[in-house]
Amino acid sequence: MTILAQQIVLGLLLGGLYGLAAAGLSLVFGVLKVLNVAHGELIMLGGYGAYWLFALLGLDPFASLLLVIPGSLLLGAALFLALFGFVVRAPEETRIKNSLLVGFGLALALHALAVRLFTADDRSISTGYGGAVITVGPIAIPVIRLASLLVALALIAALHLLLARWRWGKAIRATAEDWQAARLTGIDIRRAYLLAFAFGTALAGAAGTLVSVGYSISPSIGLEWTLKALIVVVLAGLGSMLGTFAAGLFVGVAEALSAAAFGGPYREVIGLVIFLVVLVLRPQGLFGRAR
Amino acid sequence: MLEIRGLEAAHGDVPALSGVTLRVAAGEIVALLGPNGAGKSTLLGCVAGLVRPRAGAISWDGENLLAVAPHRIVERGLAVVPEGRRLFGSMTVEDNLDLGAFSPRARAARRESLERVFALFPDLRSRRRQIVHALSGGQQQMVAVGRALMASPRLLMLDEPSLGIAPLLVRRILDALVEINRAGVAVFLVEQNVRAALTLAHRAYILEGGRVVGEGEGPALLRDAHVRRAYLGPLAAGERDA
Repeated sequence: MTILAQQIVLGLLLGGLYGLAAAGLSLVFGVLKVLNVAHGELIMLGGYGAYWLFALLGLDPFASLLLVIPGSLLLGAALFLALFGFVVRAPEETRIKNSLLVGFGLALALHALAVRLFTADDRSISTGYGGAVITVGPIAIPVIRLASLLVALALIAALHLLLARWRWGKAIRATAEDWQAARLTGIDIRRAYLLAFAFGTALAGAAGTLVSVGYSISPSIGLEWTLKALIVVVLAGLGSMLGTFAAGLFVGVAEALSAAAFGGPYREVIGLVIFLVVLVLRPQGLFGRAR
Repeated sequence: MLEIRGLEAAHGDVPALSGVTLRVAAGEIVALLGPNGAGKSTLLGCVAGLVRPRAGAISWDGENLLAVAPHRIVERGLAVVPEGRRLFGSMTVEDNLDLGAFSPRARAARRESLERVFALFPDLRSRRRQIVHALSGGQQQMVAVGRALMASPRLLMLDEPSLGIAPLLVRRILDALVEINRAGVAVFLVEQNVRAALTLAHRAYILEGGRVVGEGEGPALLRDAHVRRAYLGPLAAGERDA
């Protein structure tokens, strides 16, 4: 029983990162109607950013978020201007397939680049407080993962507020809902696309930082994270950042439970089962708008 | 104010407009009438920058509108209420109106514009925090007109504002248009509801098969034999100048 509770807590903590990883993918998909399959590689890059800031400058990983997030914003803007900005010029029907081509290309390139620059080794940041745990009764909660969960939640809440209140946040939502109507009201939709992609990349960078401190990174983690994020996006549906975060927690717990019930190897299976079940029963997702 | 000359447009290989010429002067209410598929919405799409014409010219206060980026057109004082309203359905009434005043010039006048919209459609004031999805078709149409007004336009263009709305509310929308016009805003009204449109329009154009086949003053067109036969039905054609 204790072991099960411990597993659920760890699943919840990991699920927060799934939620953060998925929020960026969801934002880009919802606004640009583009599936960025290189999202996991952007997470990987964010992780290396934090790793090198730690290894070379001794910067605390949570403090390095203050550099990784703006850096990722700029990277996202650059990637939009260089690559995805051309994809969104295509009509919506052909965008997905074009974005898959561009995304896979980018993913392969970034993966190869990371192997070349950073080697294929697994790396993780080990801080002085890395081993600290809070014990609640028989359950041990790793401090770093708990802090990561809270940071993820804070970032999601900030994004939610930004989209709800900020003038351009509303413009981004309007563009997601109906880009032609958005344009009629005077919104420069290319700028809305650029902002959404930059924010999506910033979220990926932040997620990568948290992965590198609580877990580990290597050049090849990208696909795995893209897949996890995609499962969460499908489960949550588009349009709600808080819903996406909740779905991330759900997937984390579901994985922990299936690992506990059927053994470790089944951890990965449950996500795909969720993916299929949602697509069959509720294709718009738990929190999504019906189209 | 708005001048369209020799406009040609097509959807793929199917011609939608062939040489349309028309104009709207400041302060006018002009109706564009015609059957389904005549090219009315395409014409509006061209002016709004959503459809690229193949040939022809659209000028606005002497400026070539085709050279203006689509999102900057509204800044020039030209607002569109698109067919089917195209509201941001998951947002509140207030957010929709707010987005109508997105361009810098309109944002400066946001407060006054909002008051003007609420004065015109008092229902919206009490429903400002409601999600647009939850409103009736007529209320949504009010939001759509309101959103366009938030841009402080000098020309308001509407595509079928009476479509799918209860008759009583159609009357209210049309009355609102007259009131908007009295405040000095020119109105360009694309309608299938010919009788309603002609009662308020100063002038009207008739578009068939992508061509302007008739134009005239509203009341005169209402008596025109072709208009009566084609748009007001056999019964109306038989009426003697009622």
